[in-house]
Amino acid sequence: MYTTEMGKPDPAKVAAIGGEDPALLEAFEARVAADEFIEPKDWMPEAYRRTLVRQISQHAHSEIVGMLPEGNWLTRAPSLRRKAVLLAKVQDEGGHGLYLYCAAETLGTSREQMIEALHSGKAKYSTIFNYPTLTWADIGAIGWLVDGAAIMNQVPLQRTSYGPYARAMVRVCKEESFHQRQGYEIMIAMANGTPEQKAMAQDALNRWWWPSLMMFGPSDENSPNTAQSMRWRIKRDTNDELRQKFVDITVPQAEFLGLTVPDPDLVWNEAKGGYDFGEVDWEEFYAVVRGEGPAAKERMEARRKAWDDGAWVREAALAHEAKRAARAAA
Amino acid sequence: MPSLPTIQPEDVATAGRASHEGVFDAPALDEHRDAIADYALRLGDDALILGQRLTEWCGHAPQLEIDLSLANLGLDLIGQATLLLGLAGELEGNGRDADALAFHRDVLAFRNCLMVEQPNGDFARTIARQFLFSAYQAALYEALQHSASPRLAEIAAKAVKEVRYHADLAADWVIRLGDGSEESRQRMIDGLDWHWRFVEELFQMDAVEQALADAGIGVDKATLRPDFDATVERVLTEATLPLPVYPRAVLGGRKGHHSEHLGHLLAVMQFLPRTYPDAVW
Repeated sequence: MYTTEMGKPDPAKVAAIGGEDPALLEAFEARVAADEFIEPKDWMPEAYRRTLVRQISQHAHSEIVGMLPEGNWLTRAPSLRRKAVLLAKVQDEGGHGLYLYCAAETLGTSREQMIEALHSGKAKYSTIFNYPTLTWADIGAIGWLVDGAAIMNQVPLQRTSYGPYARAMVRVCKEESFHQRQGYEIMIAMANGTPEQKAMAQDALNRWWWPSLMMFGPSDENSPNTAQSMRWRIKRDTNDELRQKFVDITVPQAEFLGLTVPDPDLVWNEAKGGYDFGEVDWEEFYAVVRGEGPAAKERMEARRKAWDDGAWVREAALAHEAKRAARAAA
Repeated sequence: MPSLPTIQPEDVATAGRASHEGVFDAPALDEHRDAIADYALRLGDDALILGQRLTEWCGHAPQLEIDLSLANLGLDLIGQATLLLGLAGELEGNGRDADALAFHRDVLAFRNCLMVEQPNGDFARTIARQFLFSAYQAALYEALQHSASPRLAEIAAKAVKEVRYHADLAADWVIRLGDGSEESRQRMIDGLDWHWRFVEELFQMDAVEQALADAGIGVDKATLRPDFDATVERVLTEATLPLPVYPRAVLGGRKGHHSEHLGHLLAVMQFLPRTYPDAVW
């Protein structure tokens, strides 16, 4: 799963590059421009560090919160095979969260700090997970569309300038391809199934299509962070480029399923060799970013509850370690 | 259109079995076919129901690493259930596969022990269940690897590696929580206390299991008990927890007399295949 940068840019923070040592900054910019990886111990501008912590931790949070909408169907998966595959997939997402938190920790922010930021509402996660999963077809649609969009976003990040993030992405991308295939396979079964199953598949596409397009973030004209992020190779394509690519690849997949993409403006444009498509409802996008998505309260409540209910376990593990250490020292 | 071969009445009578000729690879065991089917169902239901319980934790565990561990355990158990229920369905010969057995039986037809269907409770209660059940299951599979039934032996040999790990992981947590904070110690005591009454059932033998044990196919579970008791004593001692005083046993799972909890678990687990019986997922 993926989150694109969703916070409104803070001009004061972007401007902070101005305070850096010009020689160091110049050397850094040159390394990045030469496509070298920046490693944790290397010098980096504070704004680069902050942007990365924000992006990687948002990404990690998205993986963890993303476990919830699919986890919602683990106990109700319709066959043993589907149950095992979905459990493996949701577990992968937990794993992605884990190595993304680790990658972010190399920048000097602890996992606890990041989780605290998530729980306080300060940190964002992908808007997509604030929509509810109503039927089994939603599990197919999430794998197909949401993981499909995630792959589109993440493949370029394997070449992102920060080494630990790029390396985490290599592994994440491999697993995401498997996720997308399992989702599409569910959609094939549903689309070729009983009339009820087909109806569920179409309904799932209707509900997940636009939120999936929103996963690429604001349009380029409203994404002033993009230029700096691209210069620093934190980002390698613009939001609109990726969105277009996603539509072009996904529409034929929907046609293969015999499903209708819920966009009356969708039409092939021979001249540009891609589809023209309707405008995303940006009012809804920004509302969901603000935490007003239909399942946002449920998601945050579930995460906080898991964390709070588990506090005694984490404390016990620390207390036990301390006792062992004390015994070993005695 | 090609004509179909004439069907004789005796073909119909043996239809369920005919296709399994050669599948069950030790013809000498044929007289035990029904018993082995029942046995595989018990083992498969244990794995399925506990696996189902563990999926409930996914996304809600005390920390990410624990979430991943519990999902691992659940995956192993669902895999074991698939093999065991598949075997049970084959031997039963009524055309039911693992999914039919998992999703289209009601409470009275489930053969799992009562411990595995207990609700998760807090993390300590989940760990207590896992510790006791995995210690038993590891000992059982250890022995079952040498079953005279090659199919059971093969499944046990694969599963025992997984289950040994489950037992170790759960034991580590019993020790950590028992010898952790005051609160975790009390929760661990309470968690174990919930489950002591179901331990006896794990080792219960009946005529079916005794006959299989006598034939070298099943395991005489009485022989597993000393090791189990030793494990419990060793782990609880290291966890600085009081040793159990076993209460009166609650029994019934193996003949379909379950706790109130199983029906709710099945209602959730089976909802889709039962609502849309004609659908293929």
